[in-house]
Amino acid sequence: MLKNRVIPALLLKNGGLVKTLKFKDPKYVGDPINAIRIFNDKEVDELMVLDIVASKEGNEPDYKMIELFAGECFMPLCYGGGIKTLEQADRIFNMGVEKVSLQTATFENMELITGIAEKYGSQAVVISVDIKRNFFGKTKLYRSATGDTTNENWKEFLNSAIEAGAGEVLINAVDKDGTLTGPDLELIKEADEELDIPLIALGGISSMEDIREAIIAGASAVAAGAFFVFHGPHRAVLITYPKYEELEQMLDISNE
Amino acid sequence: MNNQTEVKIIDIGLGNIASIQNMLKKIGFDSERMTEPIISENKPDLLILPGVGSYDYAMKKLNDGGWVEFIQKIASEKSTPIMGICLGMQLLCEGSEEGKLDGLSLIPGHFRKFQKNEDQPKLKVPHMGWNEVHFQNSAEWMSRGYEKTPRYYFVHSYYYTHDTSDYVAGETHYGVTYASAIQNGNVFGFQFHPEKSHKFGMNLFRNVMEKIC
Repeated sequence: MLKNRVIPALLLKNGGLVKTLKFKDPKYVGDPINAIRIFNDKEVDELMVLDIVASKEGNEPDYKMIELFAGECFMPLCYGGGIKTLEQADRIFNMGVEKVSLQTATFENMELITGIAEKYGSQAVVISVDIKRNFFGKTKLYRSATGDTTNENWKEFLNSAIEAGAGEVLINAVDKDGTLTGPDLELIKEADEELDIPLIALGGISSMEDIREAIIAGASAVAAGAFFVFHGPHRAVLITYPKYEELEQMLDISNE
Repeated sequence: MNNQTEVKIIDIGLGNIASIQNMLKKIGFDSERMTEPIISENKPDLLILPGVGSYDYAMKKLNDGGWVEFIQKIASEKSTPIMGICLGMQLLCEGSEEGKLDGLSLIPGHFRKFQKNEDQPKLKVPHMGWNEVHFQNSAEWMSRGYEKTPRYYFVHSYYYTHDTSDYVAGETHYGVTYASAIQNGNVFGFQFHPEKSHKFGMNLFRNVMEKIC
């Protein structure tokens, strides 16, 4: 049976690994290459590396760093951050990266998705959306590069991205980011009802039980940051990943 | 380790060659990218056809680059093992619902798209993630060295079908039970990505290299 994927999501800032809280206050947590080596040894299902400043500062992806990741990573690797053109994506795929995650550039240019999907297949394009709840709890599409919410309907946005060729959706609950307070299950349910393609839920995961609940709510894969890099009430940095047997037992949900 | 072994990977922008090279290097084998279909005096010990993307886009590239005759020729010499990965495996067969162009037709079979059905109303396409492969007794060489059922990383929307089970080397269940590993003599293919399936994939690459050395 197909096991739901459990994916460490690593955030990059200027070559260092960081962890944010509700998309703010990036805290340095270590050397990314070292982290990737540890995750490799732990046989993780997949890795996601997101550069949180590339789009914000208009930088190119850090190719040198990405190449180092790809060489160390014997599981699928998804990279996101600062990709604006097909040529940039070409360079990244050529290094041994399987998927690119797109967000900022697609607000202006959905055709970027189509160009990459036609060349590398839909499975290689992840459309990433950040969702923030407003004062009344209503879900709003958030732009991580500028740090504001928009009135664009996020479901319509996702559907047009899927139509353009995206093969997978990453949905990140901004208010849950780094809080270790459990996933936004309502949001996951809503997204799952809307989508026929794999859905990766990110934000708030603090335990194996949270992962399980996110999957029951409809996530095809669950990504987490803080859960895999922090340990204990003082948020000491410790890189962990559950053993396969634990995951298998925990995720034995007949939803294949 | 046999450093004399010549592994060539077809490099026409159809897949993750760097990942395959990284994995081969990890188990002690050098490999070379092949960008033109030219047969040298020493034909390779293993030819790898990787692949991601769409069926017709890939077949067009193979047709336009003169690869089709090249691959068919070295396959018919019977001595060159050819390994297809993911879309590469699909291209080794006869065709796919995804496209109109004929495949390389080295292994009989066609590809059909995963469909939701009564048993699986929520089946998501593509089939993406880690899944088990049950190797057939006839493909014992692929299954050596595993203590438990191996699992590999899959990403695909079309699955192998054929009237007979003659070419089935391993099976996987996703909505339907289908052949995720196939073999016809010296030509074989994996629907999953062994190069991205850490220890399980590494072991399979070792089995392949042992088989051909």
